[in-house]
Amino acid sequence: MNINAPLEPATIDVAQVAVQSRGYWSTVLERLRRDRVTLFFASLIVLVLLMAVLADVVAPRDPYEASMIKRLKPIGTEGHLLGTDETGRDMLSRLIYGSRLSLFMGIMPVIFALLIGGTLGIIAGFVGGATNMIIMRTMDVFYAFPSVLLAIAISGALGAGIVNAIISLTLVFIPPLARVAESVTTQVRNLDYVDAARASGASAPTIIRVHVLSNVLGAIFIYATSLISVSIILASGLSFLGLGTRPPEPEWGLMLNTLRQAIYVDPMLAALPGVFIFVTSLSFNLVSDGLRSAMDIKV
Amino acid sequence: MFEYILRRLAYVIPISLGVTILVFALVHIAPGDPLNAVVGADAPAEVVEKLKKDYGFDQPLPIQYARWLGRALMGDLGLSVVNGQPVTAQLAVAVPNTLMLALTACFIGFVLGSLLGGLAGYYQGTWIDKFATGFGVAGVSVPHYWLGIVLVIIFAVELNALPATGIGPGGSAGWKFDLEHIRHIILPAITLAVIPCGIITRTVRATVAEILSQEFVQALRAKGLQHGRIMLHIIKNAAPTVLAVMGLQLGYLLGGSILVETVFNWPGTGFLLNDAIFRRDIPTLQGTILVLAMFFVFLNLVVDILQTLTDPRMRRG
Repeated sequence: MNINAPLEPATIDVAQVAVQSRGYWSTVLERLRRDRVTLFFASLIVLVLLMAVLADVVAPRDPYEASMIKRLKPIGTEGHLLGTDETGRDMLSRLIYGSRLSLFMGIMPVIFALLIGGTLGIIAGFVGGATNMIIMRTMDVFYAFPSVLLAIAISGALGAGIVNAIISLTLVFIPPLARVAESVTTQVRNLDYVDAARASGASAPTIIRVHVLSNVLGAIFIYATSLISVSIILASGLSFLGLGTRPPEPEWGLMLNTLRQAIYVDPMLAALPGVFIFVTSLSFNLVSDGLRSAMDIKV
Repeated sequence: MFEYILRRLAYVIPISLGVTILVFALVHIAPGDPLNAVVGADAPAEVVEKLKKDYGFDQPLPIQYARWLGRALMGDLGLSVVNGQPVTAQLAVAVPNTLMLALTACFIGFVLGSLLGGLAGYYQGTWIDKFATGFGVAGVSVPHYWLGIVLVIIFAVELNALPATGIGPGGSAGWKFDLEHIRHIILPAITLAVIPCGIITRTVRATVAEILSQEFVQALRAKGLQHGRIMLHIIKNAAPTVLAVMGLQLGYLLGGSILVETVFNWPGTGFLLNDAIFRRDIPTLQGTILVLAMFFVFLNLVVDILQTLTDPRMRRG
């Protein structure tokens, strides 16, 4: 996925998905079991998630505890495995606690956008006509902005803060998810068996629940997992610019920003938070790719 | 085909209007008074009233929008509330700098991405394919602002081979074609090139693989054509897709260079935008976003039309 603009409309072979019935999930699991790359990066994601959940337990020190005399200690210092930052706070603890905000700010926008964009797309695709036009043309306007620019413009206008950063990223991801949901819904709506369901008296909510959702969910779920990678980079990027988290909160992007002054003192230390962003983003990207091929979805 | 192009041209109008509304709305979702940056919160009420009138903030929103749009169409994006400079004048300095950076990055991304992607697609399943695929994923997953810092650490701090920040020597404000400026563009351009490079590698690989699986390639092979000649056919077929992706990437880079420009203190639109955000300079913020977004809309249009013109399959549709 492209951080600048991953937001390509998706195509999905509905007929093929529709055929999949029982045995589908066991096939998927079997494929995943044999995909060692995906398994490896999935375990990395689990590791980062555990780090965020268990931060209170695994972090060796208080991430806020500063020390004037222990500033910018190098990696491997006694008592500070990964050194200390520019105010003498323990890097390892801050990186562990940082996973909380970085993941939260990266994942929440995608979840919100999945719910809102997915709903809008299904409505647009199912109802069609003028409703479709209004919803999808509005989405097109958001598409007219490169995603980084849109995220920075909205959170720049709203002002710094975690909530504002999440709102701006949600707005960035709604249009692409709505497009995927709309295109799949439109395809499903025109299938013969949906016509048959309608003819046999099924109501619109029933058709959506039984036929549309089962097809749409897989496609937008896979698409959303690939967006998490972009979202994590963008969320940390906003913090890096000073538009997301505020000091002294531990967050990878913000740490990268405040440690920039240290690149002449201890370059390894200054670059460390970025490694965490990179590995997390890479893991989500590769797991998304792996899931996509295992689930046989072309998005 | 001409009907399609006309329809595509007409479509630009509502989209552009939507873009202007969204950009205008940005000011009004912004908390606080847009005049705070000028007068401060404790200014006397009559001064604030007078300024409101001067800036037109006392009018109803639709009228403000119409006036702003009218002036923007005439090339007047207002005055910066921080330094009193016309926004257009600031953009006239910043846009060429960003364009230079984005074009260089695009060029690097295009050459490297096509090469890697082409080889990977042609020699599928080999080590070169695995390397290129890995490189492509890494390219799209890397936080480029971090990559910029890493490159500065390696080439400026440790090796002392290239300048760490700026566009040229001694706080130069604009691009010139001389050795010093070229030395300054290398690191930011490489940093910015990583994303398009990853995308192009992936696109070219997929496109080449798709073309190779088509029957006409079998026919070419059966005819006894050499590798090189087959390659020519593949390039001809892949070019429209790759050029389209490339064109869009240029637009993304123009809008997305803000993080890289911040890392390298590159005096372009991203730098301007960053400054405007933190000084709450709304006219500059609005103007810069509007220009970048309109450029993107225009680029999208050009790419679509060029693709229609170059790809014979699109002509029938």
